[in-house]
Amino acid sequence: MLNTYQFPTFPYVQSEEQRTGQRVRKPVIVVGAGPVGLTAALDCAHHGLPVVVLDDNDTVSVGSRAVCYAKRALEIWDRLGCAGPMVDKGVVWKIGKVFRDERLVYQFDLLPEPGHKRPAFINLQQYHLEETLIGRAAALGNRIDLRWKHRVVGIAPAADHVLLEVETPDGVFPIEADWVIACDGARSGLREALGLPFEGQAFQDRFLIADVVMQADFPAERWFWFDPPFHRNQSVLLHMQADNVWRIDFQLGWDADPEEEKTPERVIPRLKRMLGADTPFDLEWVSVYQFACRQLDDFRHGRVLFAGDAAHQVSPFGARGANSGVQDTDNLVWKLKLVLDGHAPDALLDSYSTERVAAARDNLRTSTRSTDFITPKTAASRAFRDATLDLAEHLPFARTLVNSGRLSRPTPYRDSPLNTPDADADAFADAMAPGTNCADAPVTRDGTAGWLLDALGDRFVALHFLGDDGAAPASDGLADADIPVTTVTVGRRGGDLVDAEGLAHARYDAAAGTTYLIRPDQYVAARWRTFDPARIAAARDRAVART
Amino acid sequence: MTLNVQPNLPDPDGFYERLVALHRGLDADQSAVVNARLILLLANHIGDPAVLDRALALARDPATHRGDAAAAG
Repeated sequence: MLNTYQFPTFPYVQSEEQRTGQRVRKPVIVVGAGPVGLTAALDCAHHGLPVVVLDDNDTVSVGSRAVCYAKRALEIWDRLGCAGPMVDKGVVWKIGKVFRDERLVYQFDLLPEPGHKRPAFINLQQYHLEETLIGRAAALGNRIDLRWKHRVVGIAPAADHVLLEVETPDGVFPIEADWVIACDGARSGLREALGLPFEGQAFQDRFLIADVVMQADFPAERWFWFDPPFHRNQSVLLHMQADNVWRIDFQLGWDADPEEEKTPERVIPRLKRMLGADTPFDLEWVSVYQFACRQLDDFRHGRVLFAGDAAHQVSPFGARGANSGVQDTDNLVWKLKLVLDGHAPDALLDSYSTERVAAARDNLRTSTRSTDFITPKTAASRAFRDATLDLAEHLPFARTLVNSGRLSRPTPYRDSPLNTPDADADAFADAMAPGTNCADAPVTRDGTAGWLLDALGDRFVALHFLGDDGAAPASDGLADADIPVTTVTVGRRGGDLVDAEGLAHARYDAAAGTTYLIRPDQYVAARWRTFDPARIAAARDRAVART
Repeated sequence: MTLNVQPNLPDPDGFYERLVALHRGLDADQSAVVNARLILLLANHIGDPAVLDRALALARDPATHRGDAAAAG
């Protein structure tokens, strides 16, 4: 097989505590250096928390794996200072096309409006993504202690810490943490060691992934086929990745032999049927997978916090795995920082589980629906699927029923206890209700064109809209509180951020005086039609679970 | 709105004849798909989730009918 990529090897270094035999306690240990664990570590560093990352391997992901990264994940990586190289290296796309046989039945646009810094999606091999994250961690110097060839082999939770037994090439040593973030993947050893039930539904189907290197003139779009002539009665998915690598995903059915299907003798004829006998290509990576949809009921177990695939596993249709995993740590780390600093009660971390379990349920339900459409389990289900596709070719209503994967969007935390509900009299449009992630918009800051989300950062912000001629409010010490709230003004003509196009005002249903309290993960905590420091402080306290 | 379970077809026998005729010459699989298309077309026309949910429940078990008649109209 061809390689467009040289896998880096990261050096194993024996730690000081293993060498000296001295047991130490770290504030935060992240287990697993995949996309979710690395993002957790970067977020800790951004919040000034020293963090140790333990990974059992010494390189990046083998295979392109996750591939599709959504706008919200890119916005999180922007906050952490590393989305730029990912977008530059990745393939930007937003159009999805659904074919049946050879006919286009449906097309969707995941970001139909302009005025957002980040695109709907990029496709990027997971190894490139991880290398970018590792590079970013290295650039932060000693704030992130990334330890390769460190396998966690034991865990003992205690009331005020967690003890981990870690195996390295030099043997086993103990290390303690105030908090452990478990990002050790779908087969999480920590989840297993703690005996936590991980229940759900396994799907009786197999899929072949082939990463193919070729010069091809397919556009940068997601193409999905039901029953194509080159792969009858099954589905096929095509994505463009960086370096002329293409991801092709063939549904094989449950009876397929996974070992046999991985062999070039089986894979190459399949690809030739699809690409044509005359299209030259090389195979880079082949894998056969099956999948399950399941999750933990609670992502918090004392001082162990589960995130990513260790906490929830979904079908691949919809790119809801890695994308929801980085949203887990986006939700978690600012809370962990406030708890470690003694500014917020331990109970704030329960809201991590409440909010992200709800998001995982939403992702699980959505991806299970997609799976049921793509791989009907009964004759009736198959008849409805075929009927939907028949109608969709001709009738607009049926296109909304065609489900080849509903692509990852952030789940709002509408029922979160951290939200302060709208007052009826404020009469806000629903779109940016408390619990929703902030919409981006183009703004000018200090005379330079920029973006609203970049101005929010990772702190509490009172986003105050000035309209055409409002004045900046008196913030009454909000900025100097133990948990500061920074006031940022947005005006059509003046203010910290100038919204010349009016898109920020429109997206936030804002008039002069409208004020949003934004959490450090860029979610709306509360909103009002006026700026009232006492109500802002109360909503901030509610958002950190201390009222 | 509630599901109307009172007579509403102007020509019940005529509709029934056309419904059966729709399947003439089709095998069971083809009929299943035609029925599925018909259900999807009608469901989209109705739209109202409460009406559709009531129809789904009654289709599965007509004996659960209770008071739809009184509410109809």
